[in-house]
Amino acid sequence: MVNIQINGKMLEVENGAMVIEAADEAGIKIPRFCYHKNLSIAANCRMCLVDVEKAAKPLPACATPVTEGMIIHTQSPKAIAAQKSVMEFLLINHPLDCPICDQGGECELQDVAMGYGDDVSRYSEKKRVVANKNLGPLINTDMTRCIHCTRCVRFGEEIAGIKELGMTGRGEHAEIGTYVAKTVSSELSGNVIDLCPVGALTSKPFRYSARAWELRQFDSIAPHDCLGSNIHVHTRQDKVMRVVPKDNEAINETWLSDRDRFSYEGLNSEERLQSPMVKYNGEWQETDWDTALIAAVDGLKNIVASAGADNIGMLMSPSATLEEMFLSQKLMRALGCHNIDHRLRQQDFRDQDNAPVFPWLGQSIENLEQVDAALLIGSNLRKDQPIAGHRIRKAAIADAKIMFINPVDYEFLFPVAEKIITDPRQMGKELGAVAKALIEVAGVTAPEGLKALLENVVPTEQHKLIASNLSNANNATIILGLSAHTNPDFSTLRALASLVAEMANCTIGYLTDGANSSGGWLTGAIPHRTHQQEKVSSKNLNALEMLRSGLKAFVLQGIEPEKDCADHALALNAMEQAEFVVALSMYKSESLLSEANVLLPVSPFTETSGTFVNVEGCWQSFNAVVEPLGDSRPAWKVWRVLGNLFNVDDFDYLSSDEVRDEVHSFAGSVTADNKIAWKIPNALQNNVDGVVRIVDTSIYSIDPIVRRAPSLQQTADARIPAIHIGEELATRIGLMDADQALVRQGNGQVTLPVIIDDRLPKDSVLIPPCEMGETYLGYESSVVELEKI
Amino acid sequence: MANEVCFKNLHLDKPWTLETYQSTGGYEVWKKILKEKKPADEIINELKASGLRGRGGAGFPTGLKWSFMPRNAPGDKYIVCNSDEGEPGTFKDRDILRYNPHALIEGMMIAGYTIGAKAGFNYIRGEFWEPYERFEAAIHEARAAGLLGDNILGSGVSFDLHTHLGGGAYICGEETALLESIEGKKGQPRFKPPFPASYGLFGKPTTINNTETLASIPLILQNGGKWFLEIGIPNNGGAKLFSVSGHVNKPGNYEIPMGTPFAELLEMAGGMRNGNKLKAVIPGGSSTPMLPGDVMMDVNMDYDSIAKAGSMLGAGSVIVMDETTCIVKALARISYFYYEESCGQCTPCREGTGWLSRVVNRIENGQGRPEDIDLLLNVSKKIEGRTICGLGDAAAMPVSGAIKHFRDEFQYHVDHKKCMVSAAQS
Ligand SMILES: Cc1cc2nc3c(=O)[nH]c(=O)nc-3n(C[C@H](O)[C@H](O)[C@H](O)COP(=O)(O)O)c2cc1C
Ligand code: SF4
Ligand code: SF4
Ligand code: FES
Repeated sequence: MVNIQINGKMLEVENGAMVIEAADEAGIKIPRFCYHKNLSIAANCRMCLVDVEKAAKPLPACATPVTEGMIIHTQSPKAIAAQKSVMEFLLINHPLDCPICDQGGECELQDVAMGYGDDVSRYSEKKRVVANKNLGPLINTDMTRCIHCTRCVRFGEEIAGIKELGMTGRGEHAEIGTYVAKTVSSELSGNVIDLCPVGALTSKPFRYSARAWELRQFDSIAPHDCLGSNIHVHTRQDKVMRVVPKDNEAINETWLSDRDRFSYEGLNSEERLQSPMVKYNGEWQETDWDTALIAAVDGLKNIVASAGADNIGMLMSPSATLEEMFLSQKLMRALGCHNIDHRLRQQDFRDQDNAPVFPWLGQSIENLEQVDAALLIGSNLRKDQPIAGHRIRKAAIADAKIMFINPVDYEFLFPVAEKIITDPRQMGKELGAVAKALIEVAGVTAPEGLKALLENVVPTEQHKLIASNLSNANNATIILGLSAHTNPDFSTLRALASLVAEMANCTIGYLTDGANSSGGWLTGAIPHRTHQQEKVSSKNLNALEMLRSGLKAFVLQGIEPEKDCADHALALNAMEQAEFVVALSMYKSESLLSEANVLLPVSPFTETSGTFVNVEGCWQSFNAVVEPLGDSRPAWKVWRVLGNLFNVDDFDYLSSDEVRDEVHSFAGSVTADNKIAWKIPNALQNNVDGVVRIVDTSIYSIDPIVRRAPSLQQTADARIPAIHIGEELATRIGLMDADQALVRQGNGQVTLPVIIDDRLPKDSVLIPPCEMGETYLGYESSVVELEKI
Repeated sequence: MANEVCFKNLHLDKPWTLETYQSTGGYEVWKKILKEKKPADEIINELKASGLRGRGGAGFPTGLKWSFMPRNAPGDKYIVCNSDEGEPGTFKDRDILRYNPHALIEGMMIAGYTIGAKAGFNYIRGEFWEPYERFEAAIHEARAAGLLGDNILGSGVSFDLHTHLGGGAYICGEETALLESIEGKKGQPRFKPPFPASYGLFGKPTTINNTETLASIPLILQNGGKWFLEIGIPNNGGAKLFSVSGHVNKPGNYEIPMGTPFAELLEMAGGMRNGNKLKAVIPGGSSTPMLPGDVMMDVNMDYDSIAKAGSMLGAGSVIVMDETTCIVKALARISYFYYEESCGQCTPCREGTGWLSRVVNRIENGQGRPEDIDLLLNVSKKIEGRTICGLGDAAAMPVSGAIKHFRDEFQYHVDHKKCMVSAAQS
């Protein structure tokens, strides 16, 4: 600690802190443009010049470390003169047409100019004009407004990990642009919009749609991944206009993924379901809530009467709120139906009875950047959970050994210490080899049964390296990512991962699907346990079994089964075969219109109150920020009314808070331990016949909202339907880049273009889930047949 | 006495060869240091005693600069030589590379030894093709003779030297931009602190010195710091190369003792062209304020005297202007140079240099406005001392200097929309 004085105020400050940090802490305002607390120091704008006693020249507060006894004046004539002159320089070439600039009203330059600018310009030369750059569908450029603070450049280098933007040219000709003419592709790219202090980089989807001062700001929680990034939602006249990050150092710091930022476009989609609809004799009719609810209740009662409650299945979006999950399962269980699940993309449930109270990250999100070794299994971290990817990247840059066992050689923008790219059916075997290496190299004692299982496994140098990196680290973790969850051998993966974690003495964690998988477990939106962690005795069906069992009725919330379930073709088929389908939905998609009998319009996260429990077990509640669109209603209210209509006891909740408080009373203090004794599998998967399909749900097709966000759908990450295939396999089948090929999987078949993709393991193709007319393919990691057309 | 240090061998046949260099005692100091394992402190003390100040422009005491290096800290360290020589009017380092490359190599090795660096880089200005080849040839000779490389002369000391040819940007002469450039990045100054001695090339502790500074080291150590100091005058030790250009009969490089009167230097350079009257002198390179000729005739060529007269010795680049010179035009040329060469990262320099250049041009072209002269003074004052690197000051100082001494000429341009000098001549 050192003692300094700013404007006469005595302060005690951390050693090594910069003057600007000390001032910020003390609430003393120093104007700045290039400084940003989460970026490196550039000291190039010179706006923060302050007067430091004993220094001949004014010094930049952002780059001047405090020293004992330092006396600083931020408002002395010397400081003011310096700040004013910098302001004058900044303005000489800056357009003075704020009324037509999209940043107007929230421009840092405008704000500071109010305090430090002069009324008249002494600069009478021609102003500089800079050509705009096309940065893609998300970011609009107006480069003449750029003040060269390089925040956007530093963001690319330091946070996103891609040097997409840079300053080329010298002096007055210095320009920000992409080095080679191309658009930006980072999944965090939208952050440069917030960072840019002026109107040079603005949001393309939001452009010219509202003025900053017309907007109202509300806090909320992003609904697309398990981190629960904190957001501000900006609305005007009861419409969501845009989303920007809200600082939360423990979760998203100041950042936001493009998915969380731009998905709001899907909220205002034309496809929004705005009034309840009932299908009478194959004809849809818009109707009022009472009629629709009665239709839903009657339909379900008929099924219960004719076929029994266990002939109903309930599929719940993993991004539904805690309140919705709790009420829906409470209702279904009251009806006698325990076929309830939110684990829609999972296909291996063999070990579910052993699962922790809720599978969680096993550590704080902040800890991800502190690890010195991590093994991620089945994770496209960067795209699956961009903010977690950013944390791990920080660790990697600090020399942590980040390792992967993955079905695709994904691109990570940080040094990857080891990676094993393998046929998804072989992931268990690879992990087994790491376990074996631990036993051999680290000499740890293996639990009973493991030795026998691994008898024929021979670890390579790489397995040994992974093993030693894990066991030598002080803070190591093993994380199962999204594609581990969808792997047909998930139970083996998690058993082995836990054993490796045990033996290498590291934490084990999960990165889960949706925004609220944790809530799904805690509220009992799973077939085998109630909200109070009691085992349910009857033979209940999990998500996949429901689709396979020819159930007579389905109740859906927030999903499109043929896109959000493990087997798309199977899901579609199950819905079509069912006699009665009720969907609580935000959208009236083609498929829901053909599958369902009753459509109940429910609110997205911006139109309802609710709670998400993130992957570290943090409960985050939010309120509605706009009124429900049309006749739609918050889903928790719909469940509440349904409960009343079915005469279920204790269903008279007056607010979502009341629901949450009830859940909190039993689940609020549960702590989950991921480290539980898993059953050691009997055998390792050995069948590698045929060509296997990797599904790899893309970042922008993960849920119904993002699928309807047009700008995101124009980015490079929104995949076009295609068969990605490795060179070797393609040659074997006689396929070339841009060929058309027929692919068959299960009952589905479709013709798609071929893309040669060198990221894939042997005998695997990557076919992202995509709408291909009416045809849907089947499971992750099941066999496909290919034929050249 | 002229030509005693860097130009000592200039009169000999092929002074750039190893053979010639060694014939006058070259590399003896280096061998002795290796043999005796001379403590670094001793070398630094000798340098401090010599009064050697950096010849790149800022005149920072070299012994002191070397003492900042954490020489015993583990990890790589570097010595970097600044042969970028971009300041208009400066051409001395070019001739050291051409005529005495081995002195520079020996100086760099001694520097490396002293600060604990095992590698050195010489950053040579992009246009210096011939000097580059000559320096490369000298490195080959030294390496072949076992004076450079691994385990030099069995001493256990290793040192290697690399040459880096610049891309033609003046700003890469600024030491931290130079480091960026060697690292393969755009040449842009870094904000200091951290200083290169703690965070330099590739993030490692680094010392950067000018070519002339480093090439002076071997003789200083051979003859002793006192010898060097006494060539010059107190606080301004040694001899210095002056690049004399402009309206003189014999432009060129002259190595003379510090403290030599300007009048003598002018005489060495053959006096004024056509016997014209001396009007003004830029004593230290285009970034230093110009001084009127009569002031200069009373000034001695050393740091302190020139500073007292209101300018700077800089890199010793003496630009002589006679009575036919239009000062406004001269300044327009200088201002345009800094405008073009600003790297553009910090606001006052990026925006201010263009402003200055445009206004000076306007005056030059007979479109000046009454308020322009004060505007120039005001803008240059707003740049000065507020930028990341010295280029901002370098652009500002000539403006205030020229106006301070020749305001009447600027005023004439504004009032009469034409040049005072050519009006007087016709
Ligand atoms: C804009 C600018 C240009 C410079 N150009 C040169 C140059 O061409 N050669 C040089 O030796 N020093 C140059 N310098 C000075 C260097 O930054 C540095 O001070 C010098 O190389 C240190 O060496 P010395 O201590 O031996 O003088 C320049 C400085 C500035 C601000
Ligand atoms: S585009 Fe914006 S963020 Fe980037 S340098 Fe220019 S002003 Fe700064
Ligand atoms: S003063 Fe000029 S050259 Fe130096 S860093 Fe700033 S903009 Fe670049
Ligand atoms: S904020 Fe300090 S120089 Fe830009």
